[in-house]
Amino acid sequence: MIEYLIRRILYAVPILIGVNLLTFALFFVVNTPDDMARMQLGIKRVTPEAIDKWKQQRGYDKPMLINSEAGGASTFTDTIFWGKSASMFVFDFGYSDDDRSISHEISTRMGPSLAIALPTFLVGLVVYVSFALLMTLFRATALDMAGVALCVLLMSISGLFYIIGGQFLVSKLWHLVPISGYAGGAESFKFVVLPIVIGVVGGIGSSSRWYRTIFLEEIGKDYVRTARAKGLSELRVLFTHVLKNAMIPILTGVVVVIPLLFMGSLLTESFFGIPGLGSYTIDAINAQDFGVVRAMVFLGSVLYIAGLIFTDISYTIVDPRVRLT
Amino acid sequence: MSFMIEMLWSDRLVFLLLAAGIAATWYVRKREHLLLPWRRVAQSSVALVSLLVLTLFVVVGLLDSMHYRTALPEQSKGVAVYSPEVLSVFDKLVEPLRMYKEKTYSAPFALTLYAKESMSDAAGNIVRDYPRLQYGGAHLNDVSERDADVAKRALIGALAGLLAGGLLVWLARRWMSQRAVSVTILAMTTLIGAIASLAAEYHVLGTDKVGQDVLYLSLKSIRTGLIIGTVTTLVTLPLALFFGLAAGYFRGWVDDVIQYIYTVLSSIPSVLLIAAAVLMMQVTIDTHPEWFDTTASRADLRLVFLCLILGVTSWTGLCRLLRGETLKLREMEYIQAAQSFGVSSMRILSRHILPNVMHIVLIALVMDFSALVLAEAVLSYVGVGVDPSMISFGTMINAARLEMAREPMVWWALVSAFGFMLVLVLAANLFADAVRDAFDPRLNRTEADS
Repeated sequence: MIEYLIRRILYAVPILIGVNLLTFALFFVVNTPDDMARMQLGIKRVTPEAIDKWKQQRGYDKPMLINSEAGGASTFTDTIFWGKSASMFVFDFGYSDDDRSISHEISTRMGPSLAIALPTFLVGLVVYVSFALLMTLFRATALDMAGVALCVLLMSISGLFYIIGGQFLVSKLWHLVPISGYAGGAESFKFVVLPIVIGVVGGIGSSSRWYRTIFLEEIGKDYVRTARAKGLSELRVLFTHVLKNAMIPILTGVVVVIPLLFMGSLLTESFFGIPGLGSYTIDAINAQDFGVVRAMVFLGSVLYIAGLIFTDISYTIVDPRVRLT
Repeated sequence: MSFMIEMLWSDRLVFLLLAAGIAATWYVRKREHLLLPWRRVAQSSVALVSLLVLTLFVVVGLLDSMHYRTALPEQSKGVAVYSPEVLSVFDKLVEPLRMYKEKTYSAPFALTLYAKESMSDAAGNIVRDYPRLQYGGAHLNDVSERDADVAKRALIGALAGLLAGGLLVWLARRWMSQRAVSVTILAMTTLIGAIASLAAEYHVLGTDKVGQDVLYLSLKSIRTGLIIGTVTTLVTLPLALFFGLAAGYFRGWVDDVIQYIYTVLSSIPSVLLIAAAVLMMQVTIDTHPEWFDTTASRADLRLVFLCLILGVTSWTGLCRLLRGETLKLREMEYIQAAQSFGVSSMRILSRHILPNVMHIVLIALVMDFSALVLAEAVLSYVGVGVDPSMISFGTMINAARLEMAREPMVWWALVSAFGFMLVLVLAANLFADAVRDAFDPRLNRTEADS
């Protein structure tokens, strides 16, 4: 198992190098730093001196890949690629356009992001799976049809609508919780509860329908018939036997997103004014702060790959037949 | 008045898709085994009804894709000069909607503006009151006449629509095998009739901040949504088919390379990848203003690029499915027989494997459509969607969102955008489900079991 994990982590390295090269190509080759400087300083009436100053301040005034003037090892290290892209492998993300350390911002903003994303994920999982099991219990009846119709309707509604509608109804009309904002500690409850509820409701449609398909596929199998023949109640068959056996397909879709919870949700955080990583990313996109976007792309793929490895480990926990070699 | 046909890039792609669709229909029509699953789709009344709704949207989108520029009255050195404003056939059809601009917000069916203004009355005194709209309900003397007038116009329009619909159903009675279809056609024509008759005199869905009719904006948004949902597949499809089939069929190092490419692409959270790519595209567009002669062509090129980016970031899922299926198919006896007869790889792939994975492709495409339409609104909100000057559901929601805090609330633009989007996406989802049920052999079996 340890050996397997080491191998998997080593496999991740070429993929991260690929991600790194791709972002490097996107951010520095498609548009040269000169283009970016011109864009940031305004298209017209930009003096070459201003461009040079902008590039120098941000360290973009070096050669792209190979610095032939510098001797020795710094032929490769004193370049944009080394300074801006390769350095991300040691999680050195550099500074944002307003001169703050990106790594520091990330570590302080993870907390609020998690405060929303983790409860949304856990409550959501329980709600979706229970709803799907209920639909499976009443399969091929009018109740099941109504459930599926509800799911299709819910998943046809834009995610923006849930947020805007929820804010309007709960905060503006009923005055139950503040519209947006965030505070640490026990105070945070009243700020996070609405985003969590909206996040859960917004996902019911597609998730429950997906779980229902998984359960329906399981329910035709032999062990289910055996369990019923033993005289177990249908509820018990569903909530213990079928649920346990459906764990593998469920985990495949679920575990991979757990590390990504750190990144927060772009929409929810920006609508509710949560100072997390999601709103950080949106602000960076709107301010065209390329350094932050680059850092988030890299962080996102690291977390995704971690999620894939966790998925494999989780298989061994729920299914003893799975061995990682 | 003379005009010049303006073919925007997205228009060309739309008509390319239309031509491909017609060609595919022609091809399938003659082949009974390909027609069979479609017959299953046609048996479901839900599928037919949603297809009708989708067709209505597509007609609006197509009319809105035929662009032209009118000539300006003055000429320069004998050569006609064309207006920088790009119009479409659809704009011409609903000209009153486009032309009847008010000053600012007004509620649906309102006779007055949303905000009070200082005006001088007949005696010359300055009073603060709601000014009358320039066009909306301008033929009425007083608000008290409005309800009766609205009811009368709605009734006349609805009756005219019902008659037209009845005629249509009667003419096409040979194909009206299901009552739900005729009922839907009647309902749709009645609704269109009523709205058309009302829209001639009122702003049925109100006006937005600069006084544009919201109904017009919503109808124009349809084209943007449809283009995002369909043109993207022009990019996704070749990439996924080529890489998926190659990886599954040739295995070995080809498979390794392709798997590496799609793992790298799919390991970046898609919103971030799209955001990064769109930001870079924006830099290119902004630093080269000389490429575009009209605002519309710039906005349009941005839309095409957005589709391209969405396509490049979303082909991996389909590619993985196709690779898996090809791996399975290449072990089948008929493929091995073909191999031992010395049939070339290209021919095996195109004649024997491609037709047998087409159902996966079709299901994935119809399923993706609604997700892409929804994604457009989100991306436009994040700031990496369509050009702000392009009318789309995303830009509508974005503009209306800021007015939520006003008292009384400006709700109509939001409700219209979400409403139109819901109808489009719901119809697409229902149709996609019917297609999946008819084409997925695995699904049929499990349903029979349970």
